[in-house]
Amino acid sequence: MSAVVLDRIEVRYGNELALAPYSEHIESGEWVGLIGPNGAGKSSLLKAIAGLVRATGSVIVGEVVLDGRDPRSRARQVAYVAQEPLIPDDMNVFDYVLLGRTPHIGYFGSESAHDRDVVRDVIDRLRLGGFADRMLGSMSGGERQRAVLARALAQEAPVLVLDEPTSALDIGHQQQALELVTELREHQAITVISAMHDLTLAGTYADRLVLLDQGDVVASGSAVEVLTAERLGEVFHVCVTVDVDPSDGAVIVVPRRGFPV
Amino acid sequence: MTAVEPKPIAPGRIDAPVMSASAPPGVRRRRERTWLLAGLAFLVGAVIVGASIGPAGPPGWRVPLALLDHLPLISIDSGVSAADWNIVWKIRMPRVVLGGLVGAMLSVAGASYQGVFRNPLVDPYLLGAAAGAGLGATLILTTGRDVTAGWPVDPVQLVAFGFALGTVAITYSVGASFGAKRNGATLVLAGVAVVSFATALQTFLLQRNLDVVREVFQWILGRLSGATWSDVVTVAPYVSVSVVVLMLHRRHLDVFRVGDDEAATLGLSVQRTRLVIVAAATLGTAAVVSVSGLIGFVGLVVPHVVRLMAGASYRLLIPLSLLFGGGFLILADVAGRQLMSPAETPIGVVTAVIGAPFFIYLLRTRRVI
Repeated sequence: MSAVVLDRIEVRYGNELALAPYSEHIESGEWVGLIGPNGAGKSSLLKAIAGLVRATGSVIVGEVVLDGRDPRSRARQVAYVAQEPLIPDDMNVFDYVLLGRTPHIGYFGSESAHDRDVVRDVIDRLRLGGFADRMLGSMSGGERQRAVLARALAQEAPVLVLDEPTSALDIGHQQQALELVTELREHQAITVISAMHDLTLAGTYADRLVLLDQGDVVASGSAVEVLTAERLGEVFHVCVTVDVDPSDGAVIVVPRRGFPV
Repeated sequence: MTAVEPKPIAPGRIDAPVMSASAPPGVRRRRERTWLLAGLAFLVGAVIVGASIGPAGPPGWRVPLALLDHLPLISIDSGVSAADWNIVWKIRMPRVVLGGLVGAMLSVAGASYQGVFRNPLVDPYLLGAAAGAGLGATLILTTGRDVTAGWPVDPVQLVAFGFALGTVAITYSVGASFGAKRNGATLVLAGVAVVSFATALQTFLLQRNLDVVREVFQWILGRLSGATWSDVVTVAPYVSVSVVVLMLHRRHLDVFRVGDDEAATLGLSVQRTRLVIVAAATLGTAAVVSVSGLIGFVGLVVPHVVRLMAGASYRLLIPLSLLFGGGFLILADVAGRQLMSPAETPIGVVTAVIGAPFFIYLLRTRRVI
């Protein structure tokens, strides 16, 4: 059985179609990378899965149909990391990660010893142990990104939705963050759905790529299948060459000077 | 063309120290307890000072003994006569308790508003509680007090309370109609518009009734003088309900700090929770404003001072705002009574004169907000 079923998800902002009806079956532990130019519908799809925008169609996680569910029960199924998360500078890492336990705490309740244990465990796993008392404002971009991931993991949701998770990071921290997600999904069978701008990184880390353009799916499949110079030229209006590393089959997209034909 | 050899992707190791998560809950709880005890001591100290100082009555040092003497199971010879005790109990104490309630309420409401709108410049009067109360009071004062003199309930308080709640309800409806579902900023802007409208109406009424300008201004400036136990009984239920609801939402206020969208993905019903918090804060604010007038500055600055001292987590911020806000207003009232005795300095002036320099000092020394 698929871990996540997206059944004819459609997003409109007023009369404007942001995402044409889109269906997808995603296996448990799979990483699906959404790529496409700005305005292609990547973020709209992710927000629809997270319940942040009104959408038609159904999102089913395991056996749980998320449509019409209250935010609390939805948050137990889907953890969401925003493109530019609002990080309170004067909150310490422990308290920030503890926010991830919100869907597991009753409305008037307070966190249990188990919630605190989960938070400590996640903080340790993301190698933030030395930072638990540190204010988020005093941390580097990479450390903050790990804190955001830790908060999402503390939700213990089977699906992790990442909207441009590395857009604010340098190449080193980008790689570290993506390796971390890979480790986590391998160990915990978390299903990852992410939007990514860097096509090479997307091809390297995601099991499957979905190329969107103007709300429609243009291509779907492995990096080799999706990332072709012609298709990228058409969709992104860019001049690129696409190389495949013969040693490991990694697809490398290199921008070239000039206008696309 | 020079080709750069791509480096192999490094295995997933992150060069951060691997340590066990610190922030042991014991240390954290001890720290919280220390702050709560400090706040309680500040409030109790303020009550004792407020009850002990006044132009007539017993010597100040005897008052704490008399207060102890009147506690159950405690008997002390305080040397305070029955007449002096009457001054303490019937004149000073209602004023002290009302001051405590008003200060606590405004501070807790201010902190809650700041949290729910993620805006440090917000005070409890943001959505029109004060402007509405002011308009209501002005309406009654300008219609002629002789008409309402025989009424069993003071209509100024009643109408001010009703107008305060009504104005905030209008602001909320206007904001929601502009799509404030997930965006507190729209609500704040709606507040600006509605407050301007109410203030304009109030100014118009005043301009047409210049004979009551002084009376209206006295009301607007806020006061605790002439407070009675009846005033305390009037506001206490509203303040209690409001404070209990806001205390129960401390954790939610912390969730609001990551923004509405992320709060929603963490499982918070953003719109509903915001409405509950705003409604509770408004109920208490409207009650205290209708009895004590518009005492400014407390609701804005006390939460910030507490934040700078004890941190920004609402778990601690709300109860500490309650304790320090209550104590602060009691002491400000004492200062207002003493500064130009026997004349009284308006308490709103005192709160600003004491609070502003202290706030600036904290900002300079801590350099964070």
